[in-house]
Amino acid sequence: MGRKILFITTDQQRYDALGCNGGRVARTPVIDGLAANGIVFDRAHPQNVVCMPSRSTMLTGQHVSTHGVWMNGVPLASDAPSIASDLRRAGYRTALIGKAHFEPFIDPFLRFAENRIGSAGLETEMVVGEDGLPTPHRGFEHFALATHGGMGPFHYARWLREKNPSAAAMFFQVLDQQLQVNAGGGGDTNAPQVKHNDIPRELYHTEWVADQTIDWLSSLPADADWFCWMSFPDPHHPWDPPKSEIGRVNWRDLDLPDGYIVDATERERVLDAKPRHWRMWYEGTFVSNYEAPAKWVPKTLTADNVREVNAMAHIENELIDEAIGRVLASVASRGWGDDVDVLYTTDHGELQGDYGLLFKGPYHTDSLMRLPLVWSPAKSAMVAPARVSAPVGLVSLAATFADIAGIARPDYTESARLPTNDEEARELGHERVLTEWDSVLFGKIVHARTICRDGWICTAMLSGTVHDGTEGELYDLANDPLQHNNLWNSAQHAAQRASLLDDMWSSLPTRVLPLRSCDAPV
Amino acid sequence: MPDFPTWSGVSTNRYIARMGSVRRHVHINRDPDTVWALVGDLARQHEWFPFSSCRVEGNKRWMTTPSGITFEEDIITHDHALRRFQYRIVGNPGITSHLGTCDVIDDGHGGSTVVYSTDMEPEALAIVVAGAAGEGLGKLKRLMETT
Repeated sequence: MGRKILFITTDQQRYDALGCNGGRVARTPVIDGLAANGIVFDRAHPQNVVCMPSRSTMLTGQHVSTHGVWMNGVPLASDAPSIASDLRRAGYRTALIGKAHFEPFIDPFLRFAENRIGSAGLETEMVVGEDGLPTPHRGFEHFALATHGGMGPFHYARWLREKNPSAAAMFFQVLDQQLQVNAGGGGDTNAPQVKHNDIPRELYHTEWVADQTIDWLSSLPADADWFCWMSFPDPHHPWDPPKSEIGRVNWRDLDLPDGYIVDATERERVLDAKPRHWRMWYEGTFVSNYEAPAKWVPKTLTADNVREVNAMAHIENELIDEAIGRVLASVASRGWGDDVDVLYTTDHGELQGDYGLLFKGPYHTDSLMRLPLVWSPAKSAMVAPARVSAPVGLVSLAATFADIAGIARPDYTESARLPTNDEEARELGHERVLTEWDSVLFGKIVHARTICRDGWICTAMLSGTVHDGTEGELYDLANDPLQHNNLWNSAQHAAQRASLLDDMWSSLPTRVLPLRSCDAPV
Repeated sequence: MPDFPTWSGVSTNRYIARMGSVRRHVHINRDPDTVWALVGDLARQHEWFPFSSCRVEGNKRWMTTPSGITFEEDIITHDHALRRFQYRIVGNPGITSHLGTCDVIDDGHGGSTVVYSTDMEPEALAIVVAGAAGEGLGKLKRLMETT
């Protein structure tokens, strides 16, 4: 028997969401407990700040330029490498429960396996592997798929319809009549994408994901090795947790987040010091990410909106923590407690009021890039607890899973495994972490490349619809933790900027061409 | 800075789109008459496009997707000389405007280029149709070049 792997992801969660990372509102004792006995990464970045590219990086161990999912709506190639396939070949049982999103959601033609598997209520779909033998889709023998509500073709939606045919309509309606992301608001403050959801907690997707995980693990023999990706759709918008839980956090009691600049004049000064697409989105004149409601103008966001959105996210984070606690108790009851590695992270962050903005897009600051990442190694591995300050990326996850399973690092992976402390980070070459952005949406073209190294974040905006290739961002994380002071044009920091850019361009992998086509908006 | 595909040639500050406008194409090593024999048979589009069934009655057509959605269409152009067909999705309150066009073009060297374009509202759905068209054209190429 080897070490088992419980890989837990949330969706669109900030670093500071957790108590172990300084979060002061949501109670997250289960994850904090994993952190206390494990390894906490204080500078973990995604390789892209939207779902499909980032999740594809987790699965493949590759940067975006290599796996080719350059924006949401671009499907990961069906024959792309998958660490789940390698683990399965090594004898691991494999499951993905919750949100997958390697393939587009909007798919009336059922072109993509995730949608076919969900709509038919299948466990998986078999394909012919490299060896000519049948192999399950992306290496997962068991899928139980969900997304942010009760609509769509996935297993959760089917289950919900059977439990309560009217429950799906209780969630916030994600898309409007024009298939645009819904700009509507709700709650007490008419905050965007907030709704008081009548759904009973036991029917909410967070509970379903945990229940499905417990059921699948219960189906395994005691001596099985397993890799289970438990993927919660929350706290991604819409922010519509069960109404029964709203009393956990009263938005009226919340302090405004540190990143929210109360004074509008100062807020706009900070935005104006950044590349122009920041202020243009704030004004509602340039929306380059489909998931940011095109008809919503961030400038209209009020302080109370920010408080209410944050309260909803905190509530959703507490529900996730409690759900994980149930799963870990079930794992322990099977006698696996000492042999399970738990890795917890998310695909990208959320602006959540920072700079007067919500949602996400080509905005490469800590709001979207600094992620919670906690690794609690199996007790049997005897790894000492640590906090790691070195920059690491989700691109290291696949190699980490391989290492835990005792198999060689797959050739297709592009980064060493995660380190267990800062000394090992240096030995493994974790000097920098890279993030890419490309989007072409209804004529709005944005390209950005970012490096984080030595306590600096540097972003180059390449030529696009509103950029001429000369703009960028440079932040000193030690002296400007909220990234309010853009030093890109500072003569005093020109050498620093040049050094970072040189390193970035020499470290980024060569883009695999031709570009894969974008086949859906998300 | 490494080479980077920048969609060069796009006049980015002149982009105008009053609706979703998409286009996919494929080159096929078969003569245009042979390609048009399948593409121009409007009741057979489900053999190469990711529809599950297709029904034609006069100038009307009904196409059903694998997820069970049926689109009612008006056939606008069906021109064998031009090797072009055009159709419009109608009777669907979620689709406020639509025109689909498929052309089979002689490449002058014994092969064909097939172009599938769609202009529609909502624009988000146009991207989905483009994806389906890309898959369909790929299948059409395989069908034509292996039979």
